[in-house]
Amino acid sequence: MSVVGLVVVVVALVAATAFGVLRRRRAGSLRVAAATETVGADVLGSSLGERATLVQFSSAFCRPCVATRHVLGGVAGSVPGVRHVEIDAESRLDLVRRLDVTSTPTTLLLDRAGRERRRATGVPRRDAVLAALADIVD
Amino acid sequence: MYVDPRGPRFGAAVTTAVLAVVLLTGNGWLLAAQALVFALGAFGGLRFAPYGLLFRLFVRPRLGPPAQLEAEAPPRFAQGVGFGFAVLGAAGYLSGLTALGLVATAFALAAAFLNAAFDYCLGCEVHLRLTRLLGRPVTRYVTDNRRREAHA
Repeated sequence: MSVVGLVVVVVALVAATAFGVLRRRRAGSLRVAAATETVGADVLGSSLGERATLVQFSSAFCRPCVATRHVLGGVAGSVPGVRHVEIDAESRLDLVRRLDVTSTPTTLLLDRAGRERRRATGVPRRDAVLAALADIVD
Repeated sequence: MYVDPRGPRFGAAVTTAVLAVVLLTGNGWLLAAQALVFALGAFGGLRFAPYGLLFRLFVRPRLGPPAQLEAEAPPRFAQGVGFGFAVLGAAGYLSGLTALGLVATAFALAAAFLNAAFDYCLGCEVHLRLTRLLGRPVTRYVTDNRRREAHA
């Protein structure tokens, strides 16, 4: 048996566990957007919601994108003036680069002017989306 | 094609154990065998994945039906990434570049463990980054499928 191998196994498992726990803690919450980019209906390829727009970046190899679609679709269906727009990230690399989207699902919460106000990676929690909407919709 | 999501997760647990044994024994041939297992799942499809077969024969009959089915493409993509690391690692071990073997296997082990323990989605993190880097999708597999579905 290799002692070096044993050390590598332990390091890999500890590192993976730390990464997994951090990830899980971060996932689903909407953070205040660092850079306030404005996304117009022209670049989005779809009209903005009257009060807010939930822009979801999805990709082919993304399992949680389906659950995200259900959450955001449900919110858009129940809150008037809120639109859900899903974008295939791989076919819109221009937008992905401009908004610095690195993983899927990524959700941007845009206000009525198309300014990015919040961002979430992973499946956003419904209550977190509703709270963020209440914050930005005046 | 849609699969019971517990299948790939069971496969990830078996993979974690196999990769840990590879690191403990330094056996490059065992890693080569794991590379073949990854290749069958990634290139043949999950119905050819050996650990998936174990799941269907011995585990699935003891469980209830799955809460929902999931698309095959994400776990298949993860198998492809695993294949890359396993080939690299096996080449390292078998050519005497043990450090390469250790590092490549360590990454594969971490990914398999994250998948088994945290239901981690490797394709979510990796595929878009690769696409951004290369300027085009690494594979069109599902987008083509979606288009086919849209036309049907």
